[in-house]
Amino acid sequence: MPEESKGPDSISLQPEGVKAPAEAAAPGTGTEGVKAPPAAAARPTASVKPDAPAAPKPPAAPAKSAGPVPEPWESEFVAHLRQQYGSGIEEASRYLGQTYLVVDQAILPEVLRRMRDDEGFDYLVDVTAVHYPKRDQQFEVLYVMYSFPKNERTRVKTKIKDGEHVPSAVLIWETANWLEREVFDMFGIVFDGHPGLKRILLPDEWKGHPLRKDYDILLQDREWVQINLGIESGQ
Amino acid sequence: MSQPIDTSYLDLDTKDETFLDSTELVLNMGPQHPSTHGVLRVILRLDGEKVLGTECVIGYLHRGVEKIGENRTYAMFNPYVDRMDYVAAVSNGLGYCETVENLLSVEAPPRAQYIRVILTELCRISSHQVWLGTHALDIGAVTPLFYAFRDREEVLKIFEKYCGARLTTHAFRIGGCIYETYDGFEQDVKKFCSFFLPKLDEYEELLTTNRIWVTRTKGVGILKPEDCIALGVTGPVLRASGVKWDLRKSQPYECYKDFDFKIPTGINGDTYDRYLVRIAEMRQSVRILQQAVEAIPTGPIMAKVPKVIKPPAGEVYHSIEAPKGELGYFIVSDGSTQPYRVRVRPPSFVNLQALDKMVRGLLVADVVAVIGTLDIVLGEVDR
Repeated sequence: MPEESKGPDSISLQPEGVKAPAEAAAPGTGTEGVKAPPAAAARPTASVKPDAPAAPKPPAAPAKSAGPVPEPWESEFVAHLRQQYGSGIEEASRYLGQTYLVVDQAILPEVLRRMRDDEGFDYLVDVTAVHYPKRDQQFEVLYVMYSFPKNERTRVKTKIKDGEHVPSAVLIWETANWLEREVFDMFGIVFDGHPGLKRILLPDEWKGHPLRKDYDILLQDREWVQINLGIESGQ
Repeated sequence: MSQPIDTSYLDLDTKDETFLDSTELVLNMGPQHPSTHGVLRVILRLDGEKVLGTECVIGYLHRGVEKIGENRTYAMFNPYVDRMDYVAAVSNGLGYCETVENLLSVEAPPRAQYIRVILTELCRISSHQVWLGTHALDIGAVTPLFYAFRDREEVLKIFEKYCGARLTTHAFRIGGCIYETYDGFEQDVKKFCSFFLPKLDEYEELLTTNRIWVTRTKGVGILKPEDCIALGVTGPVLRASGVKWDLRKSQPYECYKDFDFKIPTGINGDTYDRYLVRIAEMRQSVRILQQAVEAIPTGPIMAKVPKVIKPPAGEVYHSIEAPKGELGYFIVSDGSTQPYRVRVRPPSFVNLQALDKMVRGLLVADVVAVIGTLDIVLGEVDR
């Protein structure tokens, strides 16, 4: 397929303006224009109908047979959360046997705290983020957690716009300290209430956040390299 | 001129006390320091020789593995993961291959699973041997280093015969294994098992009841189980604190549920217990090896995987019990040939965060012991 790499969320390091015509053409050329809307259109509707997360994932290239589809995650806990927060719980799904919640950023700290205190998710496995430059809410911040008493794993996600802050989870799980610092380092997402939010893997003076999609793999902070390493370029 | 001269400092009695109480020394340790196992820099705040606090400075070995992953195809990224925890490269590869297999909804055939388990357990032994040798050397025992590295050679020889590489093996492929076992593989593994068990006794003879070893490790760097869980510490460090948790048992992957083995746990959560747990873990690995090599089935070693790997759009988190703890991969696929995002959840990085809590109130020499007992590999911390 010639347009295989032009999927809704395909990797592109080009500026958005360059990519736009190709993206606009994709649904027209695809045979299933209705079934494969661009991600930007699919996302906002998901928050309006929280109990019908039928197609939260952007489908793959149109010609490809659809892979496994996330199914709704029904449990007592989810029902309870829905009752309390209503549309704040944007999605509760199960994909390939793994459950995840998508929650509104405003209720994130409460949900995380309840996950630990009421649901027994006492071990925060990982905090990370994913960058989707074409979406309105560019970043997904993810919390992978595990419950020792229940031997269960789940994920809580929240979506934020570029420049928006996320409340820190350090007071809920100590381990979030370095993990959030890494997300800040790599994506530039600021965690409010973090005890010492500074870069962890890159030098403190480094400019840019490498895991953003607009940061090319060959990009570097040339100035830093020249001053600190005394060479023309690190490449 | 007009200021009166302060003579209070001449009062030697008071001066002495205040001097001892108020002086804090900031000491830099590393990044080039033999006991930091790579390029770890620790800034120590000291009162005399007592550690008041630490700050880790990491990132000297940062290569941007996650960014590289986004710019390579699924198969091309496979060798890169070996370079993270380079003393346990097989485990890294296993975790990555399994995660992509989950995305593809395929499972490696039984024979491939057995080969994978055998190599991963061999790798666990070799990783623990590196830990034992270097950790003992840090504390002042030189002999275990030679013993451990001498015996590790036997593991590396099996790796080399199997896939041609000793350290960064790239032994597994997405969907199974690419190499069939060589003639005499089973015999080699069996021979290694019977060779290695007496060697383990030899290590223990050198250390377990050694008075210097016991004094240097007992009660040093204690981590309570609740601290471990709050800090996300996994692997032998968690088990030494008494939490009986091993992903091979709690969420079995590959064919681990076929084997009879135990999860060794400690009681006190100190450096000595972590030593005992790792030694016991090596014995359990030998048990798994002995069972696996007897029961290894025949059949294909590769599942039906397309030539061009294009998993359907979606995201998966999968983790395995690496020698150092929970090694997790979170991969987001957008349906193309390259992962949209690869996140590695490295056990060393998260475990290292516990260093500060463990060394507070101890002496500088104990910091060396605690870094050793955490068993970090900086290639994985910094990625």
